[in-house]
Amino acid sequence: MLALSDFLILGAVMFGLSIAGIFINRKNIIILLMAIELMLLAVNMNFIAFSHFLGDTAGQVFVFFILTVAAAEAAIGLAILVVLFRNKRTINVTELDSMKG
Amino acid sequence: MIEKLIFYIFAIIMVFGATMVITVRNPVRAALFLVLTFFASAAIWMLLEAEFLAITLVLVYVGAVMVLFLFVVMMLDINTALLKEGFIRYLPVGIGVAILLVVMLVGVVGPENFSLDEMAAPERHGADYSNTRELGSVLYTVYVYPFEIAAVILLVAIIAAITLTLRKRPTTKYQNPDSQVSVKRDDRVRMVKMKSEEKK
Repeated sequence: MLALSDFLILGAVMFGLSIAGIFINRKNIIILLMAIELMLLAVNMNFIAFSHFLGDTAGQVFVFFILTVAAAEAAIGLAILVVLFRNKRTINVTELDSMKG
Repeated sequence: MIEKLIFYIFAIIMVFGATMVITVRNPVRAALFLVLTFFASAAIWMLLEAEFLAITLVLVYVGAVMVLFLFVVMMLDINTALLKEGFIRYLPVGIGVAILLVVMLVGVVGPENFSLDEMAAPERHGADYSNTRELGSVLYTVYVYPFEIAAVILLVAIIAAITLTLRKRPTTKYQNPDSQVSVKRDDRVRMVKMKSEEKK
C-alpha cells in the first residue's frame, strides 16, 4: 500500500526541482514562470494527498482555488511579458534594469 | 501492488518531465515537457481519488494555460543562446539549494512521520462514489463566498490581460462616442433668415 509519505516526498522533490529551475534559469522569464507553475503543482500534490488520507474534501477545494489563482497569474504574467518584449525587444532579466537609480 | 507500480511509473515520468523543463534550451520544448509533467501529475491525483481535479488539471492547465504559454513562446523572437548563459555558473548553486531543501523537507514529511502506521490509508470508495458531487456539495454551500471571490479574480485577470496588451495605433481611425453623444443642435444646424422665393 502507498503511504502518505510517498506522495509528500514526491511533492518535496518537485518543489526542489522547481527551486533549482529558478536558480539555473535566472535569465529567462518564461522558464521562471514555468518553474512557478511546477511549484504550485508540488503544493497541490501535498494538498490532495492530505485530503485523501484525512478524508476531508477541504483540501481539494483549496486546490481548486489555487488552480484558479495560478491561471490568473499565468495570464497576467504572460501579458506583462508580451508588453515587455514589445517595448524592449528582450526578455533577458539582466537587461531589465531601467528602474535602477 | 498494482497501485505502487502505477505510482512509481508516473512519479518517474513527473520527475523526468520537471527536470527537462528546467534544463532544456528551447522554451517550446520546456512547455511541452511541462505538459507531460501535468499529465503524469493528473494520473497520480487520479490515484488519490481526486478525479475532478485531475480532469480539471488536464482541461484547464494543459488545454488553456499551457497553450497560452506556447502561443507566447512562439510569438516572441527569443535568442535562446543568450538566455542560457550563466547556466553552468549557477548550476552548482541551484543543485545545492535544491538538495538541501529536499533533504530538509523529507526530514519533515518522510516515512518516520507519515508512514502507514502513523496515518492509515483510507478505504477505497465504491464505483457509485462521485468525487465531483462531493466537491460540488461543499463548494456551493460552505465555500460559496470564496468561490465568488475566485470568479472576481478571474474577471480581474481578464481585464488586466486585455488592458495590458491593448495598444492604440496612431494610424487607426476610430469614433469618439463621447463627443458624438454630447453634440449640440447649434453645432450641426445653422438657421438662415431669408425671403421666400416668389412665384413668377
